[in-house]
Amino acid sequence: MTGSMRSWPIVHLTLWRVREFTREPEALFWVFAFPILLAFALGVAFKGRGPEVIRVAVEDGDGAAATAAALRISERLEPLVLDSAEAHNRLRTGKVALVVRPGEPVLLRYDSTRAESEMARMVVGDALQDAAGRREARVIAHETVAEPGARYIDFLIPGLLGLNIMGTGMWGVGFGIVKNRSQKLLKRFMASPMQRSQYLLSFVLARLVFLGLEVVAVLLFGHLVFGVPLRGSVFSVAIIVVLGAMTFAGLGLLVASRSKTIEGVSGLMNLVMVPMWIFSGVFFAYSHFPDAVQMFARYLPLTALNDALRAVLLDGAPLVAVAGLLAILLLWASVGFGVALKIFRWE
Amino acid sequence: MLDIALLCRGLVKRYADVTALDGLDLEVHAGECFGMLGPNGAGKTTTIEILQGLLQPDAGRVEVLGHAWRTHERELRQRMGTQLQETKLPDKLTVEEVVALFRSFYRRGKSVDQVLEEVQLLEKRGAWVSRLSGGQRQRLAVACALVSEPDVLFLDEPTTGLDPQSRRQMWGIIERFRSHGGTTLLTTHYMEEAEHLCDRVAIVDHGRVIALGTPRQLIESLGAEHVVEFAIDNDVLVPDEVYLDLSGVQGVAHDDGKTRLTASHVHLVIPDLMRVLERRGATLDQLTTHHATLEDVFLSLTGRHLRDG
Ligand SMILES: Nc1ncnc2c1ncn2[C@@H]1O[C@H](COP(=O)(O)OP(=O)(O)OP(=O)(O)O)[C@@H](O)[C@H]1O
Ligand SMILES: [Mg+2]
Repeated sequence: MTGSMRSWPIVHLTLWRVREFTREPEALFWVFAFPILLAFALGVAFKGRGPEVIRVAVEDGDGAAATAAALRISERLEPLVLDSAEAHNRLRTGKVALVVRPGEPVLLRYDSTRAESEMARMVVGDALQDAAGRREARVIAHETVAEPGARYIDFLIPGLLGLNIMGTGMWGVGFGIVKNRSQKLLKRFMASPMQRSQYLLSFVLARLVFLGLEVVAVLLFGHLVFGVPLRGSVFSVAIIVVLGAMTFAGLGLLVASRSKTIEGVSGLMNLVMVPMWIFSGVFFAYSHFPDAVQMFARYLPLTALNDALRAVLLDGAPLVAVAGLLAILLLWASVGFGVALKIFRWE
Repeated sequence: MLDIALLCRGLVKRYADVTALDGLDLEVHAGECFGMLGPNGAGKTTTIEILQGLLQPDAGRVEVLGHAWRTHERELRQRMGTQLQETKLPDKLTVEEVVALFRSFYRRGKSVDQVLEEVQLLEKRGAWVSRLSGGQRQRLAVACALVSEPDVLFLDEPTTGLDPQSRRQMWGIIERFRSHGGTTLLTTHYMEEAEHLCDRVAIVDHGRVIALGTPRQLIESLGAEHVVEFAIDNDVLVPDEVYLDLSGVQGVAHDDGKTRLTASHVHLVIPDLMRVLERRGATLDQLTTHHATLEDVFLSLTGRHLRDG
């Protein structure tokens, strides 16, 4: 061997990490194929689906047929004429959104806490008024849009990218280190002159190698298959994903810093990641949560990463516009690495 | 005077409910192959890890190549090679990649090919570690220890679980290292291994050295070089004095229903023994004889076998 780069420990350590990954077909599947399959499935499932048809019941009796006919004019309603007991039974079990009792006045029975029932109330109300010859006080024109950038798939792709960066960062670093520890390889390294910093750095470098591939795979897929817009600059996206990857590498290091067993670290890993799957706006916007929960959600690292990715990718925002989000990531990254290095168990 | 390569003085190591080392002293001379022998839990791994600067003792001190770990860690790490009892090398790397990884940590050393040649793994260079046999894996671990051309080699049970052929291959590797002037400290459960390989042996039990010397010296300390072992079939009790009166018998021990005599001349003892037993009405069940080994030394020192702790 020559005295060239080929003999540097950091090169060998990083190559080891890379090989460990590429020689494990399952890992390749979860990192590259899985997010793309998921994006595809969800993208197709939610593609161009119109507003849902609402089922409502009409109590049998005088005027039931006329009322049902009036409701049927609205494309969004599917009225069923049922006897009173059956109608209420179906309302109770959620099979219809609302029960109409014809008469003067018409009575609408529904559960006002169900979003679907609220919607039914408005649509049924409009249909009955229109059938009775109501004239609009003001003419309102409608125009529907399905612009790239506003669809569910556009929301989803940056979220999946963030999720993937979190998963590969935490698993790649956390799992690898704990495996080395439990197999006593860490101890074997400690017996050699290997520098600890180089060992840790190799995990970070290997992450960067795969990060590029992961990001390009997911974004390119979204862009080519679903036309998800890529509006921000490559530079901004690169800064955000690298910072995100470092943050989760730091948190991965933290959960791995003392665990002795794979089972132990898996538990910790889930404890950290599951709240973020739910609260960080991966599959649906966290603005649905109550205010207090939103406050909490906003400071999670995955929320900051997802929000920054969406702002830059979908809205073409410049980096300065997401500086606050990047600061949150930076904070988590320093906490992760800082605490991990303090409490890390080498033997 | 001989150079001292490894030194332990009064080592104490306690864990919550056990005292692993209880004032252990050890000196290993430069260039010798030194064996630590002892039952499970005797403290061999603990000693070897303290010597490698991987564990801190609660009391006592160690010196390696005349230096303390606290002041010379960097230098010492470059000069020692090691194989640990429990390490599993990376599964998904090839033999060659593993050795190259370890080689990269050291300033000087051999080429990967050279070491693989030495441990006879050259034709396995491209195989994944997960595909190696137990013996090949163990030789790979030793290759990683030898790749830096160390002055001191630590081997913690390098042949445990290996078949006789793999064990002999390992012995060859260790002998070659010694013939080039290297110092080796190895632990083992196998008597014949210690007798074959080691210039000197320390028998360790309950965290202390209970006997020290060349294998020859230790065996001679029994006073006789043969062991006659037999069992009596019926309930006849024969007092020990009767055996000691037989010419050439140096010691009597009882173990697991058997009686063991250490004797200098088997051919004289056996006819006498048969006569005595017959006269007392005892019938002989089994009778075996063998050359005294370190196992017999351990048994006579502790009344226990090495293997069953
Ligand atoms: N980390 C630990 N925590 C608690 N007790 C320990 C620990 N490591 C070792 N011991 C105890 O210290 C004693 C000595 O252990 P050691 O590993 O040195 O024995 P050994 O001679 O190497 O045994 P073996 O032949 O089985 O490898 C044992 O009783 C063991 O249970
Ligand atoms: Mg041991």
